[in-house]
Amino acid sequence: MAHATAEHSHAHEAHESHESLKVLGFWIFIVTDILIFGTLFACYAVLHTHTNGGPGAKELFEMPGVIAETFILLTSSFTSGLAVLAMHKGKVKQLIAWLAVTAVLGAAFIGMELTEFVKLVEEGHKISSNAFLSAFYTLVGTHGLHVSIGLVWMIGLMIQLSRRGVTEVTTRKVTNLSLYWHFLDVIWIFVFTVVYLMGVM
Amino acid sequence: MWENIKDFASTFFVTGDPLIYGADVSIALTSIAIVFVLTYFKKWTWLWREWITTVDHKRIGIMYLIASLLMLFRGGVDALLMRTQLALPNMKFLQADHYNAVFTTHGTIMILFMAMPMMFALFNLVVPLQLGARDVAYPFLNSLSFWLFLMGAMLFNLSFVIGGSPDAGWLSYPPLSELSHSPGVGENFYIWGIQISGIGSLATGINFLVTILKMRAPGMKMMKMPLFSWSVLSSSIIIIFAFPILTVTLALLFLDRFLGAHFFTMDLGGNPMMYVNLIWMWGHPEVYIVVLPAFGIFSEVVATFSKKKIFGYNSMVFSMMLISIVSFFTWAHHFFTMGASANVNVFFAISTMVIGIPTGVKIFNWLFTMFRGRITITQPMLWTLGFIPCFAVGGATGVMLAVAPADYQYHNSYFLIAHFHQVLIGGVVFGYLAGIYYWWPKVFGFKLNDRLGKWAFWLWNIGFYVCFMPQYALGFMGMTRRLYTYGSDTGWDLGWAPLNLISTVGAFLMGLGFIFQVWQISYSIRKGERDLTGDPWGGRTLEWSIPSPAPMYNFAVEPQVTTDDAWWKVKEDRAKGIKPAPVKYEPIHMPKNSAIPFVMSVCWFIAGFGFVFDWMWMAIPGLIGVAICLLARSFSYDTDYYIPVDEIERTEAALRGRTV
Amino acid sequence: MKSKRSGWKLLTILVLSYAVIIAVSVALGWDKFIVLDPKGPVAEVQQKLIILTGLICMAVVIPVIVLMVYIVWRYRDTPDNDAPYQPNWHDSKLLETIWWGIPIVIIIVLGIFTARDTYKLAKPPVTDANPITIQVTSLDWKWLFQYPGQKIATVNYVQIPAGVPIRFQLTSDAPMNSFWIPQLGGQEYSMPGMAMQLWLQADKPGKYFGSGANFSGRDFAHMQFVVESKPQAEFNEWVKQVKASSPELTKEGYTQLAKPSTAKQEFFSSYPDDLYTEIVDKNGGIYMKHEMDSMNSGSYNGSTKP
Repeated sequence: MAHATAEHSHAHEAHESHESLKVLGFWIFIVTDILIFGTLFACYAVLHTHTNGGPGAKELFEMPGVIAETFILLTSSFTSGLAVLAMHKGKVKQLIAWLAVTAVLGAAFIGMELTEFVKLVEEGHKISSNAFLSAFYTLVGTHGLHVSIGLVWMIGLMIQLSRRGVTEVTTRKVTNLSLYWHFLDVIWIFVFTVVYLMGVM
Repeated sequence: MWENIKDFASTFFVTGDPLIYGADVSIALTSIAIVFVLTYFKKWTWLWREWITTVDHKRIGIMYLIASLLMLFRGGVDALLMRTQLALPNMKFLQADHYNAVFTTHGTIMILFMAMPMMFALFNLVVPLQLGARDVAYPFLNSLSFWLFLMGAMLFNLSFVIGGSPDAGWLSYPPLSELSHSPGVGENFYIWGIQISGIGSLATGINFLVTILKMRAPGMKMMKMPLFSWSVLSSSIIIIFAFPILTVTLALLFLDRFLGAHFFTMDLGGNPMMYVNLIWMWGHPEVYIVVLPAFGIFSEVVATFSKKKIFGYNSMVFSMMLISIVSFFTWAHHFFTMGASANVNVFFAISTMVIGIPTGVKIFNWLFTMFRGRITITQPMLWTLGFIPCFAVGGATGVMLAVAPADYQYHNSYFLIAHFHQVLIGGVVFGYLAGIYYWWPKVFGFKLNDRLGKWAFWLWNIGFYVCFMPQYALGFMGMTRRLYTYGSDTGWDLGWAPLNLISTVGAFLMGLGFIFQVWQISYSIRKGERDLTGDPWGGRTLEWSIPSPAPMYNFAVEPQVTTDDAWWKVKEDRAKGIKPAPVKYEPIHMPKNSAIPFVMSVCWFIAGFGFVFDWMWMAIPGLIGVAICLLARSFSYDTDYYIPVDEIERTEAALRGRTV
Repeated sequence: MKSKRSGWKLLTILVLSYAVIIAVSVALGWDKFIVLDPKGPVAEVQQKLIILTGLICMAVVIPVIVLMVYIVWRYRDTPDNDAPYQPNWHDSKLLETIWWGIPIVIIIVLGIFTARDTYKLAKPPVTDANPITIQVTSLDWKWLFQYPGQKIATVNYVQIPAGVPIRFQLTSDAPMNSFWIPQLGGQEYSMPGMAMQLWLQADKPGKYFGSGANFSGRDFAHMQFVVESKPQAEFNEWVKQVKASSPELTKEGYTQLAKPSTAKQEFFSSYPDDLYTEIVDKNGGIYMKHEMDSMNSGSYNGSTKP
């Protein structure tokens, strides 16, 4: 009996340190992702005037929609924080609920972004039109792709949480997800500022 | 119908060249032979259970090693093809297109599919053992990294027989690599081959950074860590900061080719110079990624075979970290002649020279490790001694190249070619070979034959100087790189021909050296000296404290470290008669094997192949497969297990019993 | 014994390989090393810098190699070796200061020379003669030279007056290349959408080898051209002759010329006025105006406007 307990506590300890290891790895992944966005921002900075005579940021972007997107994403960041709080209190249902709210907001953000893109393309402003649009679609699109992947992840995690509740493993997963989500929010602030605000000013 | 098929086949398969038909036949025969052998000896399940699904860093390391040696062969054949074509003026051995493809694949393969996996092989084979760890931080991710690398490499190599090889140079400068000038699928193979394996490399960088930061044996402070592990740390840090830039750069080039975007095109506002900047922001640090671990290897080898502590440990650590930082501020020296302002050129010239300072310090520290030591010239030491003069000269010509106004004369010439081969072969290849010879007994349990190894070493070394010293001279004669041929006017009037011929002879000597190594390995597998001690060289670090090959869990008991050169200390204590503390085994936590990394990488391969040919019906299912694999991993909770104490006892008894 | 042999063998190889090169070089004639045989002021500055930095580097490398061979021989592991053995000696502040110091000093020296010549070459060569401009376009796979002052154009051949600074303006209407005449001076890239400047000058009449140095596709190997430097009077005569006896380069003619192919030497008595600007602008030059202005005001070899 004593032996079994010792083994159990040993296992417990190993497990826990393993989960914190994964959080550290995820932080480093975020660093690499920052570099990816940093490079894309640099390309956008070089190419944003290369419109080949076509309309530029000022003519193309409609701010009301973008501002709405921004508020939606900021709110989702807040709700994902509430989800983590619920997790720390051990309230699974609340946690899943807040994640669901976050996911819905994220989906709304993606929906609005897609609508914006479709409208631009229909007006003839495609990724192949000029270098400015190439850089614009790629930068904003990469962020959108990240958010979309986050949504799939979130849904998968909600299923896991409903099955397994709050455990060391799911705690680590929710921690990483919310880290990712806040990170995307910060990136969006930069997109909003550099691409949209500075574009229309 | 038949016509359609024929039409398709003639563009799908590369045709019209006897060399390629030869490759087709040999690939087909090798595949049949492998399938036959595996089936005949009923080895398919063995292959699947023990290798394909393994998450054991030692096995993954061996697979990296095998792959890298195969790639060394492929890249080496490319080199010999080029040298044959250039041996004399007006040679008709290779057509222009074929030559251009060969130098492109030679460069890409040697850096990305030979040097990188050989480096990862050593990371995997050595680092956890040196740290006294049972595995890397993320074994599953480690396996995924390997399979992504292998699938990327396979995709890239496939271009030789299917679709056509890339032929715009190893860095694929646009606009040459854009659809407008390279309409074939070769560049797509380049992009996707590197992209898929690049994701793996990035993951390996993260994996080893965390492993080194978090998995060291108790008591092993950072400043007590072996220098090879320090070199891996600095290399991993560079990987983490450099590879994302490569990922983006290649993705943008792909968007140009695939969706008609205009990042680097000549028209509609694209900016090719931006690509050149981006690719070298990765490309220059990449050089240090591969050379730093070689520095780490030399530090281990020199200390062991001088029977002396490494000299100036703190300086060694500091200089490696300094190199990893400064390496990010030198990229523009690859294009001093692109019209940047004098201020910019002076900045990058001096930052490049600054790299020479810590590098020079390292050479002196190695020399003074040997000073007042007792030097035995084993094979690893031989390669180390071959490295020092070679790298010193290569480094010196590097400093010469960094002198911006003079670079206007060296740039793109054979002087440059000679320089970077001297640092990459003399530094990286010699270093990795030293490492392979050094750790081979630990990995496989036997030493590699000495006599054959010495033949290989001298052929490589003499071949190297015969091949590349004339190329410095050719640079001064105005010969530029990437010429598929030269006329009898430049060949004889300008004097290029005789030196080219000498250079070709040297290349074949190196090829002969490689053959000796293949012979050496196959001979030693049968007759090599077995290592029953686990410590055949009189090592100083923890990997020599366990049996060779190491058991699955590496260390039956976590080693307690009190000093640097931890194993040396244990041996000293034993000699003094201090008894080691009695061991008490505890169950060992181990990761379970998984098929997901392999399946996911195959899905990436399928997706990549689809994108290469613009076949969405293939690419999209491939990507969906990748997503399914990710979810499958996320949903699997049964990923690890414990090795019970009695099993450890049995294994250890068997292993240790053998050594007594 | 073994160790002794290896060290010496290594040294022998090094020495032998250099000896072979020097022997072959002597057999071929030193003048084959065109980079080290400058015929103009720019190449001369660079040649001096190459030799200077080469000597400094040798002064470091040779002692290191000799030291290595000595240490390997002196501290070889043989039973009768009486050299001191200090297995735990691993630290010396003094020694480490010395070898951190030596490279730092060398880099400072090299850095000073680098900066000096970089700024020196950013100005046109100093002479009394008025510079002339030649606009260079790299095409797939040939070089087009336009003389805006003389209104003639040539392909794969460029004639220049001796003793006169030449302002080469480089661009490309194909993948980037690099314009290199080793005996007159170092190369510079020719890039689509950019007009970069390279100042060169030939001191004496002569015939020089020029080539494209940056890979640009299938027939890149055939992008070599002849540079001929003539006394001013003969140059003027040549211009007259080209004007009198050669065809015009029309826009259509240029389109034909720009198509991927190799070419022999060609001469044209005139060309469309705005051809060069058009080439630069259509490949992105319209976005580069700002950048190019700043580039031209400070760049190496290049850069001050006349």
